[in-house]
Amino acid sequence: MNLASDDFELFGVPRRFEQDRAMLDARWRALQAEVHPDRFAAEGQASQRVAMQWAVRVNEAYQRLKDPLQRAAYLCELNGAPVDTESNTAMPPEFLMQQIEWREALESARSADEVEALADEVGSRKRSAFDALRRTLDERGDVAAAAEQVRALMFVERFVEDIDHRLEALGQ
Amino acid sequence: MALLQISEPGGAPDPHQRRIAVGIDLGTTHSLVAAVRNGVAECLPDESGRVILPSAVRYLEGGGRHIGHDALGEAAIDPRNTVMSVKRFMGRGLADIAHREKLPYEFVDAPGMVQLRTVAGVKSPVEVSAEILATLRQRAEDTFDDDLFGAVITVPAYFDDAQRQATKDAAHLAGLNVLRLINEPTAAAIAYGLEHGSEGLYAVYDLGGGTFDISLLRLAQGVFEVVATGGDSALGGDDFDRLLADWALAQAALSAETAQDKRSVLVAARAAKEKLSAADHATLACPLSEGELSVRVTRADFEALGRELVARTLSAVRKVLRDAKADRQDVHGIVMVGGSTRMPMVQRAVGEFFGQTPLTDLNPDEVVALGAAIQANALAGNAGADELLLLDVIPLSLGLETMGGLVERIIPRNSTIPTARAQEFTTFKDGQTAMAIHVVQGERELVSDCRSLARFELRGIPPMVAGAARIRVSFQVDADGLLHVTAREETSAVQAAIAVKPSYGLSDDDIARMLREGFSTAEADMQARSLRESRVEAERMLLATHSALAADADLLAEDERRDIDALMAQVRSVREGEDHHAIDAAVEALAKGTEAFAAARMNRSIHDALAGRRVEEV
Repeated sequence: MNLASDDFELFGVPRRFEQDRAMLDARWRALQAEVHPDRFAAEGQASQRVAMQWAVRVNEAYQRLKDPLQRAAYLCELNGAPVDTESNTAMPPEFLMQQIEWREALESARSADEVEALADEVGSRKRSAFDALRRTLDERGDVAAAAEQVRALMFVERFVEDIDHRLEALGQ
Repeated sequence: MALLQISEPGGAPDPHQRRIAVGIDLGTTHSLVAAVRNGVAECLPDESGRVILPSAVRYLEGGGRHIGHDALGEAAIDPRNTVMSVKRFMGRGLADIAHREKLPYEFVDAPGMVQLRTVAGVKSPVEVSAEILATLRQRAEDTFDDDLFGAVITVPAYFDDAQRQATKDAAHLAGLNVLRLINEPTAAAIAYGLEHGSEGLYAVYDLGGGTFDISLLRLAQGVFEVVATGGDSALGGDDFDRLLADWALAQAALSAETAQDKRSVLVAARAAKEKLSAADHATLACPLSEGELSVRVTRADFEALGRELVARTLSAVRKVLRDAKADRQDVHGIVMVGGSTRMPMVQRAVGEFFGQTPLTDLNPDEVVALGAAIQANALAGNAGADELLLLDVIPLSLGLETMGGLVERIIPRNSTIPTARAQEFTTFKDGQTAMAIHVVQGERELVSDCRSLARFELRGIPPMVAGAARIRVSFQVDADGLLHVTAREETSAVQAAIAVKPSYGLSDDDIARMLREGFSTAEADMQARSLRESRVEAERMLLATHSALAADADLLAEDERRDIDALMAQVRSVREGEDHHAIDAAVEALAKGTEAFAAARMNRSIHDALAGRRVEEV
């Protein structure tokens, strides 16, 4: 165990997509209880610096592990298939069509009820996409296919944020 | 000598070796200092037995000042030179200050933080706050007849980086060693001992004199996590006073034009408000230059005036619940903090909103200081095995300005701290050799809607075609929530860094100058103070190294152990000397020389922790 260990090793959890959130929370707290700079407030600067590095590392791993999409992207990267959103924006055409439809639906929605209905639809699509992603990673181990699914899900997540903004603007 | 007494790992040091650490609630209307004595946190009274120190500083001609009750009492006769609610100006520019036409001060629009012109010269809010902190420090030192090891100071959860930095600067200026800044609502939860209670979500509703904070804390396995924070840094009891004052003036068809009149009517309004918490009616009365003001006000009148302010607090509560994706039914308990929560209308509204009676057992003015004292005691290493760990989040997102005045978010709000995040940028012009870096804080997309924290430049980038340079900007937020930013061009290793303080905080030179200009505490002599601080640091470093060696000396090879022993001997030999530079140098050498040892100890402790947990799970 050192600062270069990957997130899964650091947290002592299996290296796979499916994770128990309660377990991640518990491990995070246990690790912070060991490394947080407050534990060393009465000690010298050297201990403080090292504690800070560890605490930062633990928080970084925690933020990544607890977010399913970031966790999936991280697994792809660890297994040699980086998601590469900067250079790789290719999407299957039917997915793009779907995106355009959703965007149009959001723009033309006039009431909170219409936006809510769209949110429900997108939410259920998202859940099944995550389920497919889990099978691709944990059952088939096909990281290249998983990387493509991650890219598509990133679009979906951004769209969910737009829906939330719209709902907030509508006073919900 | 204390050095030779090594306490058991995890055990509390001997009583005579206890480090005196205090918690300070640096509040908008009043401030308190508390400490753990005989295992119980209590607020420390002044020589007249009062625990509350009004956050008021009156500057006198010729350089003197009155602080606290004296200043408060003189506010009505000398409003211009009596600074009250200075916390509202901390880390704030002139344009940020609400209702400034109603305030009796002469503001000076200084770059970064606003300043106030008084008979004793122009004062920064940091200096005014430092006067209050120095008074509390003196009180604590008199109580214990000893120097302080350090202090935990509370800040509103909503405070941004500039405001936190300003608070730290003020503490530094007052000669305090800041162990941590912690969020006020978290301190309140600690004071209620919620960490010993049932696990789950708690809300802390803190309506103080000048700020409203709402925090959601999650308690699990004895550890607090701040799940979400929100509120309004310009809403508090002062606003109720102002509404009541304006209403009374309108009723009496009088006006308050002079600074003194404005202050008098506000003081009278506050007194009437406080009376209405227990009584059905009160009389708001004070002399004004136009004539005598005397207006009868019923609790119903007052509640009608305040309804909208209370509603504003509840809409902030709703927003925080939304941020946390939690329902009001998920909340296990509500802690009430701040004198303004004594108002029956506030308790009623909060109780109705959450469908349960909020916690009001502890004095709402004292809870924050009490919690800070408990935390300070733990941080000073006095608490022994059941140490308290506070995990925290940053309240507002941190980002950089990119093309077109847009914000690129680097660290999203509610990230657990400490944290670090880096992002790569590139040049957009051929041959570009410099890049301006503008650090902002806030949730909006446009730079102009966010708060500017700092600007700096990365220079000396070798000329390249546009897009070829690789500039890595790293943000690091420490456990106090303070930000450091570095920028580095990766192909040439050109580097620039900034601790975010220039646009609002004080430079080290400013602090040195203010220290030179002297303080109300006994020792204004900077040399003496530096020497004392160096000695305290040397002592601390020696103790820390001793206990590290006692626990884990087996990690060291013989020659490594010899090196550390030699460095410790060096610190010991200069420690009693008069040259604080020599002490600092020896301490720094010891710190550097033990870095590898500290890293090895940390690795061992993590191994042990994980191994321990795995065994438990089997």
